[in-house]
Amino acid sequence: MRRLAGGISPRAAGLLVALLVALIAAPYFANDYLLTVLILILYFAYTGQAWNIMMGFAGQLSLGHALYVGLGAYTAAALYVHFGIGPWIGLLAAVPVAMVAGAIIGFLAFRFGVAGVYFAILTIAFCEFARIGFDHVAYTGGSAGYFLPVAQYGHDDLWNLRGRPVMFYYVILALTAVAFLACHLMLRSRVGYFWRAIREDEEAARALGIDTFRYKMIAVVISAGMTAVAGVFFAFYYNNLFPEQVFGISRSIELILAPIIGGIGTLFGPVLGAFVLTGLSEGMTELLHALGFDVPGAKQVFYGICLLVVIVVLPDGIWPWLSRRLGLERRP
Amino acid sequence: MLSVAALDVFYGDAQALDGVSLDVEQGAIVAIVGANGAGKTSLIRTIAGMLRPSRGAIRYRGRDIAGWPSHRVCDLGIGQVAEGRQVFPTLTVAENLDMGAMLARARSRRERNRERVFALFPKLQERLRQPAGTLSGGEQQMLAIARCLMGEPELVMFDEPSLGLAPTVVQDVLKAIRDLNREGLTCVLVEQNVAVSLKLASSAYVLENGRVTLSGSSEALLADDRVRQAYLGM
Repeated sequence: MRRLAGGISPRAAGLLVALLVALIAAPYFANDYLLTVLILILYFAYTGQAWNIMMGFAGQLSLGHALYVGLGAYTAAALYVHFGIGPWIGLLAAVPVAMVAGAIIGFLAFRFGVAGVYFAILTIAFCEFARIGFDHVAYTGGSAGYFLPVAQYGHDDLWNLRGRPVMFYYVILALTAVAFLACHLMLRSRVGYFWRAIREDEEAARALGIDTFRYKMIAVVISAGMTAVAGVFFAFYYNNLFPEQVFGISRSIELILAPIIGGIGTLFGPVLGAFVLTGLSEGMTELLHALGFDVPGAKQVFYGICLLVVIVVLPDGIWPWLSRRLGLERRP
Repeated sequence: MLSVAALDVFYGDAQALDGVSLDVEQGAIVAIVGANGAGKTSLIRTIAGMLRPSRGAIRYRGRDIAGWPSHRVCDLGIGQVAEGRQVFPTLTVAENLDMGAMLARARSRRERNRERVFALFPKLQERLRQPAGTLSGGEQQMLAIARCLMGEPELVMFDEPSLGLAPTVVQDVLKAIRDLNREGLTCVLVEQNVAVSLKLASSAYVLENGRVTLSGSSEALLADDRVRQAYLGM
């Protein structure tokens, strides 16, 4: 317990518990629309947390994280459609597939000194390979899309992830909570220490005898595996997969906005960023709708504005500023 | 203890080291002297496993470690304090020290080693919870040295430890190196300040354009006309 609470100030812990209670209680108050927005928020909080391991903890910028979402989604969907294997068992295949993809990209980049911007471009390239590749894989529907069987469900089948939004809501809430906890523990472990050293100054880390190749690989593989779990959720929640959409570069960008706006490298950043970004943009879309405007692309413009404002005003993200304001930082 | 033989190192097409040989006896301070771009840092980085030599041998306690990755070299007990005080600026002093104590060879004796470096640099103890980036230049250099010592090295290579420091602080840093050496630490010292480093060292090597052009005991080099003209301005 002490290890769990370590590094989080009592006030922050209180806030966290309050947030968790509110989220657990939310379905009793929220209508279906609000619930779908919350699902989206938690989805981005989860994927943002996973991406943050690579960028925020270990300092490796991935702009192709949709690759891991897509690999997880397609693997689990294919197992379900072709063999009737449910998503929880499907995870056992989906996660390793994404981990292997991450390991290949990481190996190529870190072994041959591809770093910084070039590393980011490499991640985009692999995601594009997948997008174009899956267009031609007939086994999973190719460019015409891949569909999971859908029916009206009277009850929730958690084992096969077939059911009403409220079930999906609790699943993604649990995933997000577990991811938060896992990241907290990783940050305080020896691996977390090494990641921070690499992020701060990779040369200095090497000079101290840290095996930077190994720890960067660990970051990529964990991040990829965690992201693939979100992919499995994505497949069973939306029931349709199109390579254009799943692996599109805009998907990769979408994934990284929450941690950037919330605060890269922080635990609360991805969660806060997801709430701010998705919450506000959905609210704005609704408002425009209610006012009788139909503006396609308004969401993307809004994302752009949010990003711009945060980068100019709060380059470290909202959370570091907010936690100082609220006195949540642990006094040294 | 450490013996380098006929080392060739390239950066792409440019040759940084050309047949460099050098010997470091246990318990010695060996100075490496030379102008900017002579290859001093390349030599240190190659020994540390951060650059790969294309030819030559690096023997440490009888083992050829040329081409070993840096983390394995560090675990043998070869430490380095890199040029420019590479402390982790947003981590606290305590966290920086912990980073240095992560090597397998020293992990279990972290507390004892902490006490040791605090005895050497009492100022660090006062600044334990402060981000390393907020320390003065001299304090950062001491932190860099202390962090390296947390890994219990047997041999430490110092790259320009006095660069950019105030004269009084330079004295402190050099005194610390001398004290460490008296406690048994073998040192390789790269210094711009040739007069000082030759006084500190027992033997020295002069590097020019990637080659060793002169070597010998420090007294002999201090008396050598070429050294006096080129590096001591006499």
